[in-house]
Amino acid sequence: MIEGILIGLETAFSLKNLMMVMIGCFAGTIIGMLPGLGPMTAIALMIPITYGFEPSTGLILMAGVYYGAVFGGSTSSILINAPGVPGTVATSFDGYPMAQQGKAGKALAIAAYSSFAGGTISAIFLLIAAPSLSLISLSFRSPDYFGLMILGLTAVAAFSSKGNFLKAMMMVVLGLMLASVGQDTLSDIPRFTFNNMNLSDGISFVLVVMATFAMTEALTLIFKAKDPTKAAKQISLSQLGSIKLDKTETKKMVSTIPRSSVLGFIIGVLPGAGATIASFLAYGMERNFVNEEEKQKFGKGSVNGIAAPETANNAACSGSFVPLLTLGIPGSGTTAVMLGALLGFGIQPGPRLYQTNPEIFWSVIMSMYIGMVVLLILNLPLIPYIARVLATPRTFLIPLILFFSLTGVYLMSFNNFDIYMMIGIAVVATVLRLYDFPMPPLILAFVLGGLMEENLRRSLLISDGSWSFLWDRPLTILIMITILTIVSWQIFRSFRGKNSSLL
Amino acid sequence: MNISPSKIISLLFFIFSGFYLYTAHQIQVFTFDENAAFNAKTFPIYLGYAGLVFSALYIILPEKKPSDVDLKVLDYKKTISLVILMIIYGLTILRVGYFLSTSVFLVLSYIVLGERKWFWIFILSFPFVAIFMYLLHGLLNIYLRDPFLQYLGVMG
Repeated sequence: MIEGILIGLETAFSLKNLMMVMIGCFAGTIIGMLPGLGPMTAIALMIPITYGFEPSTGLILMAGVYYGAVFGGSTSSILINAPGVPGTVATSFDGYPMAQQGKAGKALAIAAYSSFAGGTISAIFLLIAAPSLSLISLSFRSPDYFGLMILGLTAVAAFSSKGNFLKAMMMVVLGLMLASVGQDTLSDIPRFTFNNMNLSDGISFVLVVMATFAMTEALTLIFKAKDPTKAAKQISLSQLGSIKLDKTETKKMVSTIPRSSVLGFIIGVLPGAGATIASFLAYGMERNFVNEEEKQKFGKGSVNGIAAPETANNAACSGSFVPLLTLGIPGSGTTAVMLGALLGFGIQPGPRLYQTNPEIFWSVIMSMYIGMVVLLILNLPLIPYIARVLATPRTFLIPLILFFSLTGVYLMSFNNFDIYMMIGIAVVATVLRLYDFPMPPLILAFVLGGLMEENLRRSLLISDGSWSFLWDRPLTILIMITILTIVSWQIFRSFRGKNSSLL
Repeated sequence: MNISPSKIISLLFFIFSGFYLYTAHQIQVFTFDENAAFNAKTFPIYLGYAGLVFSALYIILPEKKPSDVDLKVLDYKKTISLVILMIIYGLTILRVGYFLSTSVFLVLSYIVLGERKWFWIFILSFPFVAIFMYLLHGLLNIYLRDPFLQYLGVMG
């Protein structure tokens, strides 16, 4: 393990990779700051660029983009009350009121320090948890993996559906259907290609991510005639106030950060939950922990109210890497995009990753930490300048998003068939999003489709075509029970809750 | 009777799943694989059924919280114009090359969206694409075939 860490350190601290973390954090902050464009879009836009790099360099760049985008999301939450990422919505509850009091710099500093602390603590957890879980997951068999994938898909559908569980499940099936296009991995038999050579290799992952996120986001902004940068024009981005914190504020943060980090990390590890739920739970938990006087300040610019969700969402980001790196199963849409990128590099994440590719495993973990430092020392002082991005007119912003998406896909195949297919998928996805059909389950299903079929194939062949593999092993039974619990809970909520529904 | 758009989408998905299932059954597998526990069409068949079940459930069950979208406020004109521009971009990229087609696409997109700052329109199109292409060639070694630039003698 120590040897692996040293290899990781050596890789992460090479000049090229340090540059990549910085560029990633910087680019991520800018993209994440733009309302609507979250880490998934930011990473998706980076994928075509990373194909020219070594896998570890590419992943380090993407990890930097991920953290940068989360940090950028907090900035737009605080400055203009328009969260760039769902995970930073809770930050706006107290961040925006504080900014309105003329203390935007302070709110941003609290967010940055909390993110840094949350990220640091969870990176240590990740350092400990990932190898241990890798060892445990070596005992996993195909039926367990198949079960885990269904669990991941069901959990993401349940959490991202906002009460529209069936809609999310339809998106899961659609994602799996898209993944089934192309030659069968074992027999090379063409499926759903309709004698079109362009489809024989299947649909490109980058194409689907770009179409369903970046391009759909751009089309939705025009379709709904939204101007995400409108609010930025109403505030002075150059006068954000001091970023220095006094003793009382620091003291409040010191008590908040450890508990929010633990909560965030645990929530991040769980499939489907992720940064959004972690930040809301941390906000709620913090409100219960503080004294009555502090409780009254919540929603009016409380230090704890900013520190808790910011710590938790960063801790959850690190936590979400645990299932990805150890099991090869992403627990969220963003890590699904990362998995797709890893597979693109020819790397199969899983329990053996840290033995077969220690430089990748450890350098990604190390670069997360470097990313935190970069965000703190480079991005925070630069915020008044970076924040000017918020004032970019949408008339320029949208065509540039479309440009990066189209170029990204063109660079993959150098043919125009993929461009047409991307436009088609983006148009359909825009309509689907308009009626609350969520996209993260589709992406996760698309990425997991091939692996899921492979594990089902192995399981069925081992059990001679019988589905008994689902209850043959205690671990598989446990996973299946969890899946049934999630589905039952969703159905129960639909009958009980007034604000939520299965449909 | 008003049918919600989500139900119409689900109905379309039901039809799509039916077509997918039919196509899955048509997949030609090897003769020795016909009766195997798992072959190339097994998983797609399950997916087809899953699609039918989820969409049918959505259509049948009552909708408690229909998605509320005001269709009148949507900007169809600009959206459709941009989609058409992207299709034209796809048609031209191989014929005239990356540089010219991308730059023209950007200029027209800015104009369609109502931008009239000509200086910025120019900067963020032709020079921007040229710098981007240079970065692709110089830093990432990605070669973009460009008949237009080859004709001008800029590219080899």
